[in-house]
Amino acid sequence: MAAITKRVMAGVAAKVMVFCLALVPLALLISDILTGSVGPDPGQAITERLGLTAFQILLLTLLITPLKKLTGWSGWLRYRRMLGLFVFFYASLHILAFLQLLLGWGDLWATFTKRPYLVMGAAAFVLMLPLALTSTKGMMRRLGRGWKPLHRLIYPAAGLVWVHFLWQARSDITEMVVYGVVLFVLLGLRVYWSGLSSLIPLRRG
Amino acid sequence: MLIKQRPSWVLPESEVTPKSIYLNRRKFMTGAIGAAASLTVPGLLHANDASSGLKALDYRSATEYSTDEKKTPLDDVTAYNNFYEFGTGKGDPAKYAGEMSVDPWSVEVEGECERPGRYALEDLLKPHDYEERIYRLRCVEAWSMVIPWVGVPLADVIKQLQPNSRAKYVYFETLHDPKQMRGQRSLFSTVEWPYREGLRMDEAMNELAFLAVGLYGETLPNQNGAPIRLVVPWKYGFKSIKSIVRIRFAEEQPKTSWEMLAPNEYGFYANVNPEVDHPRWSQKQERRLPSGILRPNWIETTKFNGYEEQVAHLYKGMDLAKYY
Repeated sequence: MAAITKRVMAGVAAKVMVFCLALVPLALLISDILTGSVGPDPGQAITERLGLTAFQILLLTLLITPLKKLTGWSGWLRYRRMLGLFVFFYASLHILAFLQLLLGWGDLWATFTKRPYLVMGAAAFVLMLPLALTSTKGMMRRLGRGWKPLHRLIYPAAGLVWVHFLWQARSDITEMVVYGVVLFVLLGLRVYWSGLSSLIPLRRG
Repeated sequence: MLIKQRPSWVLPESEVTPKSIYLNRRKFMTGAIGAAASLTVPGLLHANDASSGLKALDYRSATEYSTDEKKTPLDDVTAYNNFYEFGTGKGDPAKYAGEMSVDPWSVEVEGECERPGRYALEDLLKPHDYEERIYRLRCVEAWSMVIPWVGVPLADVIKQLQPNSRAKYVYFETLHDPKQMRGQRSLFSTVEWPYREGLRMDEAMNELAFLAVGLYGETLPNQNGAPIRLVVPWKYGFKSIKSIVRIRFAEEQPKTSWEMLAPNEYGFYANVNPEVDHPRWSQKQERRLPSGILRPNWIETTKFNGYEEQVAHLYKGMDLAKYY
């Protein structure tokens, strides 16, 4: 009994720690804003940093399955939902910052449909929306076997995010290439282990 | 026997602190004072960095060419730069441009002119007096600054080099030296170095075209294109090529870097024009820096960056949507 309580406590502590770690990028950003070190074009800098953080955590969520496979420890899965919701959290802040601090709220439809790189970003967010909404235990139960195929939408979303990132490059694409390689490896491992069909969303089986 | 008695205040040679240690202590103290000061005043260290090694310049104010808009603070002008030779991040040039040596500096003059040759920078500038011009700088990325440049009219330098009648264009090149410019060592850079720019002869001879050697009264910090750069205020910022090492007078229109890189996005002319959007973003407005934290400092972009009166005649009859 005591041993079980200890294990539960350790699990909770680990979750709290991951939660706090995921908030570190936001804390650093806020501290940079308060100390005036985001530079003379704060809207641009803040928007870029929030977007990049969202992408980084997205890659972390995609790392969970390979980690489980490679280490044989399924405990990693416990952090995936929380990380996924943090992706959504940072992506939402990224869009809010883009509209409030950078572009303005006028004619949202034109904003998100006219420029190809923004279409990509907006599409990725739209794909993530149902994932965030169905992340509760109740929704998981209700969707049953349909939950997993739905949540494979994260794969196309990740691809769109990368294109969204790449299309903002003006000349040097080193950073985009690095992120692209990481994403390619993470998705490639799944194909290697479970076949290409394991990446296709909304399809049972 | 004579016994030399030493007065008590005379110290033997062995007790003298060696000069090097004495000097080191002074260096340590100034360093410590600087560090302490920077801890209490965050902006101070920054200001020191930007101004270290910069020389004050003698100049007259050319108010007839200057805007009275609020100037962008020196700290922002020197910390927020596009100078891809040192990296694509806005802070990269301030971080890494110190790896470039700008003294001595020479400029190769070649092509259709009577006075070609390799000029030491001092010799190129000797015949001219410096003036200060406060210009708007509009970046193609939709932000802008107001900067007090110190330098000489480009036309004066061109006249000194005596282009002949075949010279229809002026071509410029930035230093190409991957040892000093880390951005040129990047594997995935799509720029074909060196960075190249050019102007039509009548544009180059326009009274607004300017060769800057300083800003805010001192020589240019490296990240701003030391020791000599072009400033063409009616065109997008990328036309204002930095750290120039080559000037060529040419009969044919030269290929320019951004045009080579993405011809559908950037043209040879690159005149500031709110009516012609960049394919990926609008050019109707710009964020005048420093921009606010909670609300961006958007202002309307004006044709030729507000210099229509001085330059519009250069493009009479041209379709500016085609020649962007």
